[in-house]
Amino acid sequence: MALDQSFVGRTYPPTAPYEVGREKIREFAEAIGDANPAYTDTEAAKALGHSDVIAPPTFVFAITFKAAGAVIEDPQLGLDYSRVVHGDQKFAYTRPVRAGDRLSVTSTIEAIKSLAGNDILDIRGEVHDASGEHVVTAWTKLVSRAPEGA
Amino acid sequence: MTAKIAYDEVEVGTELPAQTFPVTRATLVQYAGASGDFNPIHWNEKFAVEVGLPDVIAHGMFTMAEAVRVVTDWAGDPAAVVEYGVRFTKPVVVPNDGAGALIEVSAKVAAKLDDRQVRVDITATSAGQKVLGMSRAVVRLA
Repeated sequence: MALDQSFVGRTYPPTAPYEVGREKIREFAEAIGDANPAYTDTEAAKALGHSDVIAPPTFVFAITFKAAGAVIEDPQLGLDYSRVVHGDQKFAYTRPVRAGDRLSVTSTIEAIKSLAGNDILDIRGEVHDASGEHVVTAWTKLVSRAPEGA
Repeated sequence: MTAKIAYDEVEVGTELPAQTFPVTRATLVQYAGASGDFNPIHWNEKFAVEVGLPDVIAHGMFTMAEAVRVVTDWAGDPAAVVEYGVRFTKPVVVPNDGAGALIEVSAKVAAKLDDRQVRVDITATSAGQKVLGMSRAVVRLA
């Protein structure tokens, strides 16, 4: 069933702040096998001009995707998440995510399309820090595949 | 932000050092824990096959994280990346054979932009198939 176009432009309330932990950044960097010292060594990060260790570019996805749950699980929208695949992902950074950041995400439905029975949903997540400054915007395209035989 | 590559030293076509990233089932379990994405298609072969996949596949976000390392290692400061986007075109299939899969990543400067920025186009393949499309980063150089 095609998703309701009237949801385009809908914005969900900002999420409660997520506090970025330096050990969480280290765990993520180790999981992707990335030994860049900017992720784990405060002095190395400072030598690059950062106030503390920074997170790898895709780290923030875990935060924005959790926030997108408000959209994905919105019973009024009615997305069939069991059939959803991740189509595209994009980030635009004002500054890197740093240890100690308290990040809040505001999710907006940017577009809803129906193509060959597939529902395509574009969600934009605006990430701000505790002082209200913009950190990064994440765009996530989700594709809900048409049921077989539909 | 302190990129170690100077804008004036690169031109369209400049190739970034290519890298190959191995991925095994253990890698995926570790990434699941670190990212919080516990979708069973990334660790449970039976489940993956039931939903029509050939085998367990890597998280798309894992592949995205590996691909940009070619850019962040080149630039020196990961914060030099001001934009990064990909399309997930094919899955990285990770067999349970101890060896797993390889993600091979190359990249080149595709355009010189204003404000000391360049657009880098990234190619990521696994088992001879392109696994990312439209994979591009905008990088601010020194």
